[in-house]
Amino acid sequence: MSEAFISVDPTPTDWRDPAMQTRIRRRYAAERRFRLIGLGAVLLSAGFLAFLLISMAMNGLNGFRQTELRLDVDLRQSGAALTAAQLAGPDAEQALAEVDFEGIMRRTADAQYGPRGARLFSPAGRLVLREAVKADPGLLTRPATLWLPAESGIDQAAKGHGTAEADARYRPLAEAGRARIGFNTNFLTGADATDPTAVGIWGAFKGSLLTMIITLLIAFPVGVLSAVYLEEYAPRNRWTDMIEVSINNLAAVPSIIFGLLGLAVFLQVMHLPRSAPIVGGLTLALMTMPVIVIAGRNAIKSVPPSIRDAALGIGASRIQVVFHHVIPLALPGILTGTIIGMARALGETAPLLMIGMRAFIASPPGGLAEPATALPVQIFLWSDDVSRGFVEKTSAAIIVLLVFLLAMNGLAIYLRNRFEKRW
Amino acid sequence: MDTETLTAPKMTARNVSVFYGPNKAIDDVSIDVSREHVTAFIGPSGCGKSTFLRTLNRMNDTIPSARFEGRIELDGEDIYAASMDVVQLRARVGMVFQKPNPFPKSIYENVAYGPRIHGLAAGKAEMDTIVERSLKRAGLWDEVKERLQESGTALSGGQQQRLCIARAIAVDPEVILMDEPCSALDPIATAKIEELIHELRGRYAIVIVTHNMQQAARVSQKTAFFHLGTLIEYGETTDIFTNPRETRTKDYITGRYG
Repeated sequence: MSEAFISVDPTPTDWRDPAMQTRIRRRYAAERRFRLIGLGAVLLSAGFLAFLLISMAMNGLNGFRQTELRLDVDLRQSGAALTAAQLAGPDAEQALAEVDFEGIMRRTADAQYGPRGARLFSPAGRLVLREAVKADPGLLTRPATLWLPAESGIDQAAKGHGTAEADARYRPLAEAGRARIGFNTNFLTGADATDPTAVGIWGAFKGSLLTMIITLLIAFPVGVLSAVYLEEYAPRNRWTDMIEVSINNLAAVPSIIFGLLGLAVFLQVMHLPRSAPIVGGLTLALMTMPVIVIAGRNAIKSVPPSIRDAALGIGASRIQVVFHHVIPLALPGILTGTIIGMARALGETAPLLMIGMRAFIASPPGGLAEPATALPVQIFLWSDDVSRGFVEKTSAAIIVLLVFLLAMNGLAIYLRNRFEKRW
Repeated sequence: MDTETLTAPKMTARNVSVFYGPNKAIDDVSIDVSREHVTAFIGPSGCGKSTFLRTLNRMNDTIPSARFEGRIELDGEDIYAASMDVVQLRARVGMVFQKPNPFPKSIYENVAYGPRIHGLAAGKAEMDTIVERSLKRAGLWDEVKERLQESGTALSGGQQQRLCIARAIAVDPEVILMDEPCSALDPIATAKIEELIHELRGRYAIVIVTHNMQQAARVSQKTAFFHLGTLIEYGETTDIFTNPRETRTKDYITGRYG
């Protein structure tokens, strides 16, 4: 036996052979090349991400700031029939609604800034004035200095993006110390408006939040239970194969199709209110469910069968095995899939356009059935506007959307680490 | 208890056949498992001894393609009858698996899980007693009593397997099935498990599958030799190893094939 082996290959392998050395060099070169290509890919994607974030920040941060002009207001001379007692009473809103704050602002501005003074101020100015009076009824009895938002052209000029004409109007104001740039609280608390200086993101944010809650409440339990049933209970036959293929296809269906489905089913057949977060949530839940089912099935599949055997072997029922052992161990994977699905739903625009969430909604939604818009749709609407003031608002809204997304992902990572079991 | 029930076998299998799809894994096996002995199933890999073991507590039910024929009785009761509750059956016929498979929970929770789902303990104090008694019977108490709240998966392989045995005996079974319980363990851990099997004998009917013939000879009183899905020979362990009736048995235990 051994003699025959030796006669086949009498010379031992020469590991120092030049051919062998070349092979080694090539192997090292291939390793190096591959590592560099991989590093290059990572750097490229990091570069794109950095470019996106930086350009968003540069454009968008101005959206959170607002140029304000000084206005000396004396409500005693304005003819406003409002008293501090009324403001303290139960009908304060009613009393405030009867006051012509716009007129007061216009007349005061004309008096202080010349004949066209009122045009320097944003239409949102009257709201600021109103809130100031509401917060401090003392303003009714004494003169005060307020800072009210300037109109969009002046605002842009102050931030360095203005037209020559706006610059000419802004410069004397700045030199006189009558203009300043402050934090735009209205942007965080208001809703959509026609004037860029008066818009706020809160309406769209709340719409998104309500929509996401509906999506989560429907897609998560239905998705997880489907995944559990398909993995743990369903027999393997032609029907379950078909269901599996359908779910996989459903996850790949373009989102606008889900929008059409939502339009046809929820609006035409079920007559749910148009533009409402509940319809948006249902539509996005349809879209998110297959993602959760697929991720859930994979997570459940990766729970070692030995754990199921162990539980069955001491007399646990199927449902006890599932709820005591399989789901807790699969939960990190299920949560990851859910968050990926939810993040996709949060950024989704097309299906919401189909069900009417693109309407101009000037107040935050009060409930699930009230008209609302969502963050990505709001971004889409604002990006359509030609006015320079909306450019920075668009970027600012994108920043809000990204922060929302990051917060969701952060929560997902926290939950995953919390539930992760060490083996 | 009269003499008849004392000598009657704990479990009887009659004409058992198991199919995986079209393949016959077990062919017409009949065997009695005695209540006071350790019964060992030996045979080469793929001979069906593990499959047969899993029919004794219906763990094969979890495999969709498996099909069962024949009759198995536990104390005269047909365990494949429609009236048999499979969950209770598995509590009465416990199982220890080849690879130690503690739950990724604390040592205490591993043992307490069975009694809890079957409602065997009335309160915390009673549960503590069950956990302590089970761990003591499994010979693990002294090693883990200081760290009951630590994860069961952090123990060594041999300790994990004894934890699995403690988990199985915590629900007070009548029969314990062991499917190659030492094949993933080192010799010292193996010796401890074998010692434990000696101590558990008499309290529980024990059936152990092993591919280690020395182990079968050491721990069992009865041995069944399986080959290609059929039961070749079943008898006293000493007879099987010293004086086998069948040539195939002789060939296997002398290492002619395996």
